[in-house]
Amino acid sequence: MAKKPVRFHLNGSEKAVFVEDGQNLLDMLRRGIGDLTPKYGCGQGTCGTCTVLIDGEPHLSCLTLAETVEGRQLTTTAGLASGNRLHALQAAFMEGFAAQCGYCTPGMLMAAKALLDRNPNPSRQEVVEAISGNICRCTGYEPIINAILEAAKSGDARHYG
Amino acid sequence: MALHRGRGFASINYPIGMNLGGDPSQALVHSNPGGKFMVALSSIDLGQGMKSVTRQIAAETLGVPVEDVYVDTADSDTGPHCMGSFASRGTHRVGNAVIQAALEARSVMLEAAAEELEVDPADLVTDGKGNIHVKGAPSKSITTAEACGAAQFKQGRTVSGRGIFLIPLSEVDPETGEMTPVSCFAHAALIVDVDVDDETGEIDVVQMNSAYELGRALNPRLVEQQLIGGAWMGMSHAAWETTEPYYPERSHGPLDFNEYLMPGPGDIAPHDIAILERPAPDGPFGGKGPGEMCANPVLPAMVNAVFNAVGVRIDELPITPEKILRGIRANGGARPPARRN
Ligand code: FES
Ligand code: FES
Repeated sequence: MAKKPVRFHLNGSEKAVFVEDGQNLLDMLRRGIGDLTPKYGCGQGTCGTCTVLIDGEPHLSCLTLAETVEGRQLTTTAGLASGNRLHALQAAFMEGFAAQCGYCTPGMLMAAKALLDRNPNPSRQEVVEAISGNICRCTGYEPIINAILEAAKSGDARHYG
Repeated sequence: MALHRGRGFASINYPIGMNLGGDPSQALVHSNPGGKFMVALSSIDLGQGMKSVTRQIAAETLGVPVEDVYVDTADSDTGPHCMGSFASRGTHRVGNAVIQAALEARSVMLEAAAEELEVDPADLVTDGKGNIHVKGAPSKSITTAEACGAAQFKQGRTVSGRGIFLIPLSEVDPETGEMTPVSCFAHAALIVDVDVDDETGEIDVVQMNSAYELGRALNPRLVEQQLIGGAWMGMSHAAWETTEPYYPERSHGPLDFNEYLMPGPGDIAPHDIAILERPAPDGPFGGKGPGEMCANPVLPAMVNAVFNAVGVRIDELPITPEKILRGIRANGGARPPARRN
């Protein structure tokens, strides 16, 4: 199979990899680069746990062709914390018990980050809409919604990451 | 079209664990030479908090900081036997096994400390911060790490312990049918308010209020989290999820998340929970555990709420719009039962 070179930024650092024809971004990140933070849930765009940011917009990496990220800025959950300092969303998820099995968590964090980056003071309804493409089987969503609102309130959700 | 508000109630009496040939769980606890403790289990954490709660139980029993305890649930091939994480049995069965194992490990740790301090182990206490000292004489002291190190490198002891908790098989009395399958019960009561749309048959869950009695809440935030998530699962079972929509006909079953319906973040309702603590005499520190019963009362309460709203008695789950509309048509319209004040 033909391989294509692709160059992009992942969490601020430059990456250059070869991708196969038709390879999806989730597979490239996990298998090609070893960033295991985006999860594989369904592979068909219905669970949201593979969500990553491309130029700040949330995308389902399982449905994104890897070669289309040429020249773009990618952010995954691995890029949220700065050193030991957790991103405000991560801290709020931890404080608010917003994860049980944790399988949906990376996707929830990325969907929430995209929201807070463009709207630092969202309403509850806006939070619900932002995560409505993400399935959680454990928490009943309530702690996740509350954690995102808490992170927004803490005001430093935009300071880094 | 009209929306009909209805209220449903359900209460449950929930047995902890099961009794198919006896219900055992084992735990093994050992220290490493640095004084950290490992709890080996085969009791899997599905997200409900098995690791957190057994870690707390082990730390409390050993008398060491919770940071010094690791829980490993890696593999049922290499770990001690457990029946499994189901039947709401984890906290109760596994927690008791962990206490037994941790007590044995603690007594070896105290013997090792006593040998180093040249005192009687019966005079030693732990402060829960990583120190062991002579009762009433805190200056005659050794750290738990030093005691575990001495056991390993000087005394040739393993600071370790074995634990098992077993509820033995309860035979059925052939005369009376009587048996004692479980040793404790948890309880819950739940009220749910719904709006039923008599044109579309759709249900909107408006509010839930509940009270759960589950022994001592060993980690109150974990318990609350489990109850909130579990009530969502109950709601989902009641009105969304099904693998065989035309059971016993197997066709039309959903195959993936496109077709398998579950309530999303926009479908949830405010849920106020009161946690009542009535420690179980045979529970680890009095705990029984929330487990499956987080979901159970929601299903009958929702069925009752639909009946209260539009007079349709659903007797097969899930409560689909189709069943509600057929019921309304059969009754000649939405006919809520007369309300008592
Ligand atoms: S794995 Fe991409 S949406 Fe489920
Ligand atoms: S925490 Fe388990 S799926 Fe969300």
